[in-house]
Amino acid sequence: MTTLSKLDAPAAPSPSKVHGAPTPGRKVKARLDWRGWAFVGPFMAVFVLVFIAPIVYAVYLSLFREQLMGGNAFVGLENFGEVFTDTQFWESFLRVLLFLVVQVPIMLLMALAAALAIDSARLHVAGFFRIVIFLPYAVPGVVAVLMWGFIYGGNFGLAANINDLLGFEAITPFAREWILASIGNIVTWEFVGYNMLIFYAALRTIPTELYEAAELDGAGPFRVITGIKIPALRGAIVISTIFSIIGSFQLFNEPNILKPLAPNIITTFFTPNMYAYNLSFSGQQYNYSATVAIVMGLITAVIAYVVQLRGSRKEER
Amino acid sequence: MSRIAYAGAPRNASPRTRKSITLTVLMSVFLIYTLVPLLWLVINASKTQADLFTTFGLWFGDEFVLGQNIVETLTYRDGIFVRWLGNTLLYVVLGAGGATLLATVAGYGLAKFRFPGRRAVFAIVLGAIAIPGTALAVPTFLMFSQLGLTNTPWAIIIPSLISPFGLYLIWVYAVDSVPTELLEAARMDGAGEFRTFFTISIRLLAPGIVTVLLFTVVATWNNYFLPLIMLSDPAWYPLTVGLDQWNDQATGAAADPIYNLVLTGSLLTIVPIVVAFLVLQRYWQSGLSAGSVKQ
Repeated sequence: MTTLSKLDAPAAPSPSKVHGAPTPGRKVKARLDWRGWAFVGPFMAVFVLVFIAPIVYAVYLSLFREQLMGGNAFVGLENFGEVFTDTQFWESFLRVLLFLVVQVPIMLLMALAAALAIDSARLHVAGFFRIVIFLPYAVPGVVAVLMWGFIYGGNFGLAANINDLLGFEAITPFAREWILASIGNIVTWEFVGYNMLIFYAALRTIPTELYEAAELDGAGPFRVITGIKIPALRGAIVISTIFSIIGSFQLFNEPNILKPLAPNIITTFFTPNMYAYNLSFSGQQYNYSATVAIVMGLITAVIAYVVQLRGSRKEER
Repeated sequence: MSRIAYAGAPRNASPRTRKSITLTVLMSVFLIYTLVPLLWLVINASKTQADLFTTFGLWFGDEFVLGQNIVETLTYRDGIFVRWLGNTLLYVVLGAGGATLLATVAGYGLAKFRFPGRRAVFAIVLGAIAIPGTALAVPTFLMFSQLGLTNTPWAIIIPSLISPFGLYLIWVYAVDSVPTELLEAARMDGAGEFRTFFTISIRLLAPGIVTVLLFTVVATWNNYFLPLIMLSDPAWYPLTVGLDQWNDQATGAAADPIYNLVLTGSLLTIVPIVVAFLVLQRYWQSGLSAGSVKQ
């Protein structure tokens, strides 16, 4: 997203000249023809069907309401007014917000530490660490949750083994006060390696000359990290943060799959997404469900935009 | 991509840099965190249901029945697991394959042509990355049910065809890896744009394409929310929704737990995708690095 401003200069000189990036002078010459559409057209046609049309349809739905008699009636923005006073919605929203504020920094710091360690040249078998830590990303989310759900479980999980050993209920992942942390652990396990790889890939693009110069200046490893590596990672950190925020706001799979294990604690409105889902599929309140989806989409987009603005402003300093 | 020397000596190390035992030990804790759940799954997929409850989680049970569990998983209820595997493959081949093709062609178009509306296309698609997929799922379901597409494979395949991230990655990759001079030369020789694309450009884009393919394969192989809402007939379920349903079988009024099959099925679901990542790692890692250059 940070590249949007660079749209007309895709080959803007980056530090990675070694790569042979074309200089602006060698760019494709401006030609005002329509041939590009032959390539972009098919993508855009499907895009309109699966992205634009549902959004338009959701907005349309949000303006109507199923009446007790007389079918669908146009109600303007009344559904939106209802969302703003809906305590179930705000409870679920605050829950994912709390989740986001705690889980995302922990996961990204872990990913950052791992990427720096693997890139540091001081780690034995660094390539092995890189691939193994990334591996959970390839594990389907459903399998990850089922697996952790069993491990957490009181029947035959590791939690049960430890509790048996200690003789009391020391670990209770499904208790009300621990459930968010338990979900956070699953999400961290799934995505820490993916973020590590994004950071690591960005670190590999730092030109060697910078390190040589730093060494000549007598900079120690920590000075290299704060002076060279972290600034080079800024764009990657912004992207990862945005994706993680989006992921947290649409939290669904983990709580929905764990629900049978903790039915009284994971409610039907545990996250905004579960709320929208259950409104549609258990309550048949399609119009209100669409409204909830739009409100969450808007909030997510605004926060992602703010993060991007803050991130790129720092970049310009 | 030659400058990215994965297997070679680290570039940012002076020859005097020593490997650190402390760092390696610290990172090993990370490694254990990553591996313990997977290890737990492998071990427990080899146990009988009775042993699951009575033996220690991180060691094998009294009987080693992995083979039997696999056979039972594949044959349970007339082999519904095999059917789910077939469905998953169908969704992956058509969904991820189609998504990769569309993203490759369009990303190349964005990188190598200046056409009216190009800026708008780019802004819309990048904006779409920020839209939560699940926020769209319910409206998509309602729309598809109006069109009569729900409970058919199309309900899964069509939404899988769009990968804004894939388009972005190919766009960034194509800018650097397909020299404009080469395209100009092909035009001079009278080659059509599509012929040039399918004979020349597509080869230069290969690492980028493999990367996008792997990530769209993961996305469709792991897809859960969309099939969950779109499909009501278990005969069309992918593995993810099917396994979740097997797991739910353990609770409720007519509880019939088949934990050993859920675990073995989970293991069987993971293996192909992990193998694909390991085998193709050289390609996708270089493709991913290219994608991050421009961030």
